[in-house]
This record gives sequence, C-alpha cells and structure tokens, in this order.
Amino acid sequence: MIHSLFLINQSGDIFLEKHWKSVIGRSVCDYFFEAKEKAVDPENVAPVLQTPHHYLISILRGKLFFLSVIQTEVPPLFVIEFLHRVADTFQDYFGDCSEGVIKDNLVTVYELLEEMLDNGFPLATESNVLKEMIRPPTILRSVVNTLTGGSNVGDTLPTGQLSNIPWRRAGVKYTNNEAYFDVIEEIDAILDKSGTTVCAEIQGVIEACVRLTGMPDLTLSFMNPRLLDDVSFHPCVRFKRWESERVLSFIPPDGNFTLMTYHVSSQNLVAIPVYVKQNISFFETGPCGRLDITIGPKQTMGKTVEGLMVTIHMPKAVLSANLTATQGNYSYDLATKVLVWDIGKLNPQKLPNLRGSLSMQAGVPRPEENPSLNIELKIQQLAISGLKVSRLDMYGEKYKPFKGVKYVTKAGKFQVRT
Amino acid sequence: MTDSKYFTTTKKGEIFELKAELNSDKKEKKKEAVKKVIASMTVGKDVSALFPDVVNCMQTDNLELKKLVYLYLMNYAKSQPDMAIMAVNTFVKDCEDPNPLIRALAVRTMGCIRVDKITEYLCEPLRKCLKDEDPYVRKTAAVCVAKLHDINAQLVEDQGFLDTLKDLISDSNPMVVANAVAALSEIAESHPNSNLLDLNPQTINKLLTALNECTEWGQIFILDCLANYTPRDDRESQSICERVTPRLSHANSAVVLSAVKVLMKFMEMLPKDLDYYGTLLKKLAPPLVTLLSAEPELQYVALRNINLIVQRRPEILKHEMKVFFVKYNDPIYVKLEKLDIMIRLASQANIAQVLAELKEYATEVDVDFVRKAVRAIGRCAIKVEQSAERCVSTLLDLIQTKVNYVVQEAIVVIKDIFRKYPNKYESVIATLCENLDSLDEPEARAAMIWIVGEYAERIDNADELLESFLEGFHDESTQVQLQLLTAIVKLFLKKPTETQELVQQVLSLATQDSDNPDLRDRGYIYWRLLSTDPVAAKEVVLAEKPLISEETDLIEPTLLEELICHIGTLASVYHKPPSAFVEGSRGVQHKRLPGSAGSGESVESPDVASAPGVSEAPPAVIPSQGDLLGDLLNLDLTPPTTTGPPPPSSGMQMGAMDLLGGGLDSLMGGGFGAAPAAMPASFTAPVSGGLDDLFDLGGGVGMPMGAYSPPKTVWLPAMKAKGLEISGTFARRSGVVQMEMTLTNKAMSVMTDFAIQFNRNSFGLAPAGPLQVLTPLSPNQSIEVTLPLNTVGPVMKMEPLNNLQVAVKNNIDVFYFSCQYPISMLFAEDGKMERQVFLATWKDIPNENESQFQIKDCHLNSDAASNKLQGSNIFTIAKRTVEGQDMLYQSMKLSNGIWLLAELRVQAGNPNYTVSLKCRAPEVSQCVFQSYEAVLKN
Repeated sequence: MIHSLFLINQSGDIFLEKHWKSVIGRSVCDYFFEAKEKAVDPENVAPVLQTPHHYLISILRGKLFFLSVIQTEVPPLFVIEFLHRVADTFQDYFGDCSEGVIKDNLVTVYELLEEMLDNGFPLATESNVLKEMIRPPTILRSVVNTLTGGSNVGDTLPTGQLSNIPWRRAGVKYTNNEAYFDVIEEIDAILDKSGTTVCAEIQGVIEACVRLTGMPDLTLSFMNPRLLDDVSFHPCVRFKRWESERVLSFIPPDGNFTLMTYHVSSQNLVAIPVYVKQNISFFETGPCGRLDITIGPKQTMGKTVEGLMVTIHMPKAVLSANLTATQGNYSYDLATKVLVWDIGKLNPQKLPNLRGSLSMQAGVPRPEENPSLNIELKIQQLAISGLKVSRLDMYGEKYKPFKGVKYVTKAGKFQVRT
Repeated sequence: MTDSKYFTTTKKGEIFELKAELNSDKKEKKKEAVKKVIASMTVGKDVSALFPDVVNCMQTDNLELKKLVYLYLMNYAKSQPDMAIMAVNTFVKDCEDPNPLIRALAVRTMGCIRVDKITEYLCEPLRKCLKDEDPYVRKTAAVCVAKLHDINAQLVEDQGFLDTLKDLISDSNPMVVANAVAALSEIAESHPNSNLLDLNPQTINKLLTALNECTEWGQIFILDCLANYTPRDDRESQSICERVTPRLSHANSAVVLSAVKVLMKFMEMLPKDLDYYGTLLKKLAPPLVTLLSAEPELQYVALRNINLIVQRRPEILKHEMKVFFVKYNDPIYVKLEKLDIMIRLASQANIAQVLAELKEYATEVDVDFVRKAVRAIGRCAIKVEQSAERCVSTLLDLIQTKVNYVVQEAIVVIKDIFRKYPNKYESVIATLCENLDSLDEPEARAAMIWIVGEYAERIDNADELLESFLEGFHDESTQVQLQLLTAIVKLFLKKPTETQELVQQVLSLATQDSDNPDLRDRGYIYWRLLSTDPVAAKEVVLAEKPLISEETDLIEPTLLEELICHIGTLASVYHKPPSAFVEGSRGVQHKRLPGSAGSGESVESPDVASAPGVSEAPPAVIPSQGDLLGDLLNLDLTPPTTTGPPPPSSGMQMGAMDLLGGGLDSLMGGGFGAAPAAMPASFTAPVSGGLDDLFDLGGGVGMPMGAYSPPKTVWLPAMKAKGLEISGTFARRSGVVQMEMTLTNKAMSVMTDFAIQFNRNSFGLAPAGPLQVLTPLSPNQSIEVTLPLNTVGPVMKMEPLNNLQVAVKNNIDVFYFSCQYPISMLFAEDGKMERQVFLATWKDIPNENESQFQIKDCHLNSDAASNKLQGSNIFTIAKRTVEGQDMLYQSMKLSNGIWLLAELRVQAGNPNYTVSLKCRAPEVSQCVFQSYEAVLKN
C-alpha cells in the first residue's frame, strides 16, 4: 500500500514528507527529479516511475507534485485517485492547495494525512467524516481557541464512518432548508481547418449543494435520461433505481458534493456553439506571417455565448504580434509564446475579429507546425446536451425545502486545428 | 494565526527552548510546543532529542494533544526503543478507554511503532480490539494485524491473529470486511504460498454483499480479491458478473478499473452465444471511455490498460476510435499511448479518419510524437491492406515537407511497406531517391540502401547512388555497412556488366579493411559464392523474402492472458508479468484466464482450486507437467519457443567455415588467404583445462565446509561457438548464487563485448549484473569470470527442473547452450526450521508427496554427513537413534520459499543411506535427491 508521501514544489524542493510505514529517505525522489529534468515541462513527467526498490506514483496539482512511494504491487489508479483526494481535501479545508497554504496549516495537514491513511490503507477520505474529526481552520475558531484553549480536533466518534450512509452525519439542522443542483457540461471537441468536427463529446457533472435538516431522501428525475452514455455516481445514489427507472434516488451528503458525472459521446450529435474562421500563415520569404481569426455563433440554442477566449501556442520563431482586435484585448507572452485573445461576450451582429501580422525571427526556417487554437466559452442557462431535470421530490422529512437547478455549458478541451 | 510561525525559529537554542515549553505547566503552552515539534519533524529536522519530554505529554485527556504526541511517537520510537517502552502503559490503558475513538487510535498507533519490544505488549490489547463491540475499533484492529505482520510475521502466526482476521471476513459490518480483505491481501503478498484468502462460494457471497456497502477503497480491495477466484461454472461466473457490473458506474476510477478486471476475467467462462455475454461487452465500453476524460495521470494508467483490453477483445472499443484522438495539449505520455491504441483499433471501416489524424500529428512540434505518428502510418498500411495505397501517398506528402526527421522515418516505414506488398508501390522510389542526401540516421540510410539494392533493376543510376554511399564506408555504422554490402552484391547480380568494379571494391572494403567480424564474414561468404557459383549466389541473395507479419508488435498471447488478470496493477502499466519486477515476491502466482465453459477441464478445476492446501503448492515454479493442477495454476507449459533461434547445427557451421578456409584467391588474385587458412585451428577438440576440483578436500570430518560446488564442466565447446569455449559451474558463496565460468578464446581473433542472458527458468535465476569481462580476450587466452545471480527473473518450468538455457554474446555472434545447476545452490541460509514447525509441517504434508531414495556407497558417519550437508544449507534439526540406526531430520528452504523436509537414515556399517523427502511440491524431490548424493559423495 502507500508507503510515503512527498510534496514537491515547482523548483524541486521537498517541503513536506509523511511516512505511513517505515521512513524512506528523501533520496528516493532523485529518480523523480531525474525524470522531471528529462521531461522539460512539468506536465510531461510520466506518472508511474520505477526505481530499483520502489515505485513512484505522482500527480501534478496546481504547481505541486504529490509523489507517493510504494513498495509492493498496488493498483496505480488507486494511488492516483487517493492523491487527488488528498489535494481535494486540502482545497476543501484551506480554500487553496498551494505551498504557502500548506505550510501555514502544517499541523492540520499532518493530522489530516494521518487520518486519511492508516498503514497505507485509506481510512477516512469523506470530507464529512474528516470535518467531524478535524475541524477546518477558520479565523473565528482560531481566535476562540486561543482564548479558551480549545482545539480543532473533535472528540466524538465519527459516526458517519460506521453507518450504512457514511457520507451523512446524523442530527443535521438548518433553519433554511435548501437543495441546489448545478448541471455543468463541458464540450471536448476537435475541429479541423475547415471547421468540420473531428470529434466531440460532452462531459457533464451535476454538482449539488444540499442543506437539509434530518435524513431527507431525495429523488431527482430527468426529462430525457436516455441521452446519457455513461454515468458515474456518488456512492449515495441507489444504482438499482437508476437501472430500472432512470431516476436518481439518494440520501444526500450534507453540504457540497458531486452527485454524478456523465458522458455524452459521439453517438449523439454534439452541438458546437461557435464556429471559427481562421487563417494563420507564415511566408516562405521574409520574416513575417499573417493571422486572421473570426468567431461567430453556430448552435447556441438562442443563448448568449460569454467568456469567450482564444489561446494559441505560437511556434518558437514568432517574436511578436502586431494585431488589431475589433473586440476585446489580446496579449502575446514572449517567454511562453502564448497568444491570448480575451473577447468576452459574443455579439452575433458584430463578429469579433483579430487580424494583423506576426514577426518572425530572421534566418530561422519557416515553422513546420500549425498552431492549434484553444477556445474557452461559457453559456449560461443551457445544458448543450439537452439534458433537463424534470423534478425533485423529497421523502422522509416533513418540511418544504427550497429547490433550484442551474445549467451552464462550458468549453472543455475545445480545439481548432489550423 | 498560521502554522508558518513554527518555522521561523532557527536559533541555536531551539531544542532547549522547546524542552522548557514542553515541561511547562500550562496546557496551552504545552500544546503549542508539541505543535512546533511536529512542524520541525515534518520538514525533516531532527527533534528526537525531545523524546522523553514529548512522551510525558501523552497522559492527557485532550484528544488533539494526544494525537500529536502519537504522531511524534510513530516517527521516533524506532530510534529510541528504550524510551518508547515508557509509552506502553498509556497505550494499554487507552485500549480500554470507554471512548471507541480512543481505543481505535491507541491500537492504530501501537501498530505503527515499529519496535520489537513494544509488539509483545501489543498482542493482548490487539486481541481484545479484534473482538471489540464497536466496528470502528474492529476495522482499525484488522489493519493493525497487517502492520504487526510486517514487523514480526512469526508472532502474528503464533498468536493466531490470521485466523481471527479470516473470521472478520464474515463480519456484519462491510467496512470491517473490506479492511480484513485488505489486510489479508497484503499479508498474502509476502506469503505467496499460503492460502490465506481461501475463496469459496460462501466467502464470495459475503464479499459481494459487503461490496455494495463499503467505502470506495474497500470496494477496490474486495474487487481485487474477487479477481483471484475461479468460479465453478458459467452460471456462477455470470452471477458474479451481474453483481459486479454496477461498480462500473462508480465515481472512483480505480473501482471502475478493478471491476473491469473482474469482468474481463470471468467473461472468459461465459459461452459466447449467451445474450448476457453481448450485453456485458456493450456495458464495458462507456466506462472505459469515461476514464479518458479524467486527469492525465489517470488517463495514462487507463490507456495502458485499454491497450491490453483492445488486444484481447477488440470488439469492445471498435466504435470508439474518436476518443483516442490526440489533443495538442495532452501530456506526451498520454499522446504516445493514444497513438498506439489508435493503430490497434484501425480497421478498414475507420482507416480514413485515422490516416487524416496521423497526418495531422505528423506536423506537431514534439519530435518523438511526430516520429511515432509517421511510423504509425506505416503500421496502418501493413495492417489494413486496403489502406496501403492511401498510406503511401500520405507518406509521400510528408516527404514533400522536407522536414528532416519526418523524411527519415517515412523512408524507414516505406521499406516495410515494400516488404509487405512487393511489386506494388515501386513507382515512388524516384521520390525517395531525391532525398538521399538528407538522410543522416543509420536506420534511414540502411532502409534507403536496402530499397536501392532490392529494386536496382528499376533504378537507372543505382550504381551511382550506391557508389556515393561507398565513399565514406568506414564511417558508417555496421547496420549501414552490412546493408550496403548486400545491396551492391544484389546490384552486381542484376547488372553484372557495369558493376564489377563496384562489387570488388565493396568486397575488399568489407573483408580487408574492416575490423567487424560480421561484416568480414558476410563479405567472405558473398565473395566465395560469387566466385564459385554465380547461379547459386543469385538463388541465395535474390531469394524471395517472406512477407513481414502485420502485427509484430502484439503482446505474446500467454503474456497477454496473464496481464489481463492483472488489469489495474503495476504489471498492466509496465506490460510485464509481476514476477519480472515485483521485488520480494518470487513465488508470484502466474495467473491465467479461466477456460471457457464446456471444456471438461475447467469444470473440474475449481474443485481442485478451492481444496485447501492446493494453493500452497508452489505455484508458478514447479508444476507437474500435464497435470491438471499445474494447468490450473496457470503455468506456462508451452515449450520455450521464445528463446531465439536454436543453436546453429554444427554441420552447417562446418560448411561455412570450410567455405572460408578454402582458396578465396580465385577472385582476389592471390595476395591474401593467410587469415582464413588459420581458421581450422579452432576446430581442435575442446580442451578440458582448469578442472581442478577445489572442493575435493578428502573428508573434512567435523569441519563445516562451504556449499558443495560441482567441478567445472564444458558447457559450450569451441567448435559450436566460433572458437569460444565456456566451461563453468555453480556455487553458493555467502548467500549469493554464483555462476563461475572460464571463457577461453580458441579462435584467431580477439573477442570483446561479452554479454549474457538466461532464458526463463524454473526458479527465476537471472544474472544480477552484467558479465564482467573487462579486457578483450585475445586468442588462446582464458579468463575466469564470476557472475552473481539472483532469483527474481521470469519463471517458467523447465524440463528437467534445474535446466538453464543461456545465451552468450560476443562481438562475433550469439551462442546458446544449456546447463544444469545443482538445486542445492538454491538452499537458503535461513532454511533451518523450528522443531515444532517441522513436526507440524511433516504431518501436514500428505503422504503421497513423500518420496524415498537410496544413496549407495557412502562411507560417512551420521555426524560427518550432517556436517557436510549443513555446508550446503541442509540443516539437521533433530537426530534420533533407533536400533542402531541414526535418523536425521533435516530441512531446507528453496530460494522461492518452498520448504523441503527430509529424513536421512544412516545405519552404522551400511554404506547405503535412505533419504525420505517430503515437500508440497513433490516435483523437486528428484533434483534434491541428486543434490544429496552429490554433496555427500564429494
């Protein structure tokens, strides 16, 4: 099982280590540093490395590497999932997952790690359970603690850990009972030069925020559940009901959680909300090139496209860009060779356009590669797959909760080739 | 108020200050001080000097302070074992605390203190906690057993904790079940031969019930455990599949992949015409696709596994090609894996899409990725015949880009396409020739030269082209030189009139000016062929070549089957069987997919599998050939076809030599021939030198001697190995198995670049390091080499069991030989069994596993024999004298953890001994008996 954990920052310093079995020297990380050196970009470091006596499994979150050391045959996905869970927990507790924040809360971090893993076996990873045992730091609490000498460690048994519904603690009370659901869809797509869809799929997620008193039993049903190709549920969802009736029946955890994720793939036609007309060319003679990009609405179902942004990784030889944007601002980062055009809201009457010239390093051959465009966008009040929640019912409790469903569509990995 | 303040003190008296604060009366101050200590510890500062002060803070009712002190204890108890004892009392007390949280915390922490002295005190509290009324305590205690086992395995077995743990599998609480399974699985890993997880339909049913209710992590443990079960029939298999399928919809990808493993394995048993089989296949695709939308690290592991799945069952993902399309900002490790899978999925239906994508990738920035994309186009052409033409034209487009590395890769793959589809695409040769000058990589140059030579008759200026390469002949790499030699000879055979001069030039370059024996040999052969029989030369050199196979890169089916059983594990990421890399698990069971229903074999087999004791039989290592048991344990019984080419028959070798030895001057016009004439010298019979038997010390009574090592024998006679003679033996010296060899050069030229490799063998013997031959071996010189071996190599049963197939390489060629090692080399130093254990084990092993042998003409008394045997790690545990007959009870342990028990009967005055051997793997007995005889008689 998981033997040790090292947290490593971007510059390659180990700033935290935790061992669940015997102590393993830091030198084991040298193999990782070697691989990191070779990979040049931090995101290109292979997640599973083999050393003479250990295996190193790492993830990159934000700018931190979470590196775990294992000694026996352990499912790597298990380790990777766990590491992400650790990062999520930090995020949840401290609002951020950076070196500074972790160092600021070191004792809590250490307590958390101790609680999450025992002898390398996961112990408590549910945020509800953890928060019962180790309360997250708040300014108020730390002030109170200093005055009263109290601590932020709970001394009750984490009841949730034992019940059949470990995700919910007993005795929850609210004055305002509310249940909100966000249906968030991301479009992953590749469009080719001519604008034809090479591949497209939708990754959807339903994030819930449920603050309900007692032990409510909820049922969420969809207008068109057959749209979904693949679904993954929070453990609270009763799979049998889904199989037979296509409804989500569950006793919700308290607070924020991910109810389900789903996948709508190429079998169903995926609507592409915008089209991109682009022309990026580098001249054979003379150190310059031309760029011309126009974006227009395509299948937006009558909604407005917002937060539109285009990112282009230029070839190394491009020194600067002299462009004019009819809408929004652009910037070109010389060091990373990234051109960012922040457009904002898409106005169908007046299409945004960015055009101008690129100046190239002299004496360098014309770049071979064609830079791809990465598009970001957001459409409020629309789930692009067409998924709609039809109703939410509550059983087991008597009060009437506030209910709400919000839809939003975003671009995930949305790329246009040139 | 943040914890970063704990880092600011770097003054000299820091430890001193902390000490004062820890002993403060104020609770709050104490806690702050402990926090500071923990913070220092976390960043690797040594605060062990504060041990007594921190431990003093332990007796508190403040839970946080208690936890912090526990944290500290876990870290430093090892370095302060005597001090740690001070904490024991508090632990024992805490284990009785009314608050289950404290009980659990105490038992958990105690297990983490890796100090032998403490573990003794741990046993009682642990036993109580394993039966605690509170499931939270029970589940914590279950893990604690695994911890304790890691520290002191014997103690855990003696105390009967393993049985208690097995009972916990039937616990009412699913979390306890999951932890018990996890703990047992971990313990089982270090005990490959024990049947800790004794799976039968009842336990399976319990596990499946717990599966629905336990945490995600528990589900992973249970699923991985389920995957080791072999269902009795297809109906059971189906019902397990049905109950596992809902796990495919879990949010945790590790759960999903473990469920996929179970399904992929149990599916094998379902009849293909069953409706359910089709349904299951359809259900597998969406979750696999969804895994690819996760974080890149998860994607990578998923892709490595999908790579296996599509090789085993391509139908699952055949419609999902698009999800493997590469996004430009994918990490490189994801890109390369996706590309690989795209090719595996390529078919006539989707080839157009695939090609368009590959062409797109060939213009990316990343050089490695671009190269692989170009190669992929070639692989598509070879795989999907209908697409070949399209592929070729795509490759030609790419060549037009003139990007250097793209052009070179394209030429290499076009050569392969020519070999797959001869006489079809030769029209493109002209385009290829235009790029001749830009080729600077040996592989590309060699490919181009091969093309020119192969199609010399269609290229008008083939002679000029080849001549241009010839100018820098000696600067080329061997690969290019060999190819050039062959190409020019081909050209000569096709256009003899114009190229006579060229061929003479290349032959003399290859034979006279080169130091490379490969090149020289090939040169001589051509030369001789051309001069004696040009017609034969044509037949040989221009012979029709076999078509290359389409899927050269597929994983070998037996390995694939094994890897499918290991989906989701490290093995599946490395695409190697666990035995090839998992440290310390020598006896890893080779897993194989169960046979499909209906075959009598698989219907019977589960009964055997679930019978107690069977999984204790040494798996993987020593199956009895043809027996159902061996088959069941998934052993690789196929003959070793992967060994490489068989040793060349000496007849052929002689022929070739003769060819060289004969007058080569016919073409040459005299002026040389001395060197070949000397060649026959190497045919002298193998000389048996250096066979001094170091161990023949004549008795050596009463003195323990080193392990018996047989005298060196000739393993590889010089005439079979172009003048290299190898004689050798095996020895065990201070616990390390060694192969001691004498290499003798009986050829005329210097030998260099020695390397050695073993084929898979029964005990996983493998070289622990490279063959250390540092200086070149001059003619008639001998060198003694000692090669340390380990036993963690890949395992395959050999016949006889102790047979070892070896390949030795030098600058001349690769040679194969096989030899047998005395099994006593593998007897471990810790092979002495406790008396009690011996007795119990002796009774435990069924009588049919006992075998008896006679050793004749041995004139040692029992003490001397015992001494002698001890030198070879055969330990005498007890001696009994009954009616003038000495009975020695002996034990030994093989490197893979198999125990052997023996009873040696020696009657005074009778030179014949009787040995009775008992072992769970009776197959080894024969070999062991030979070792007994060898050891006693030397």
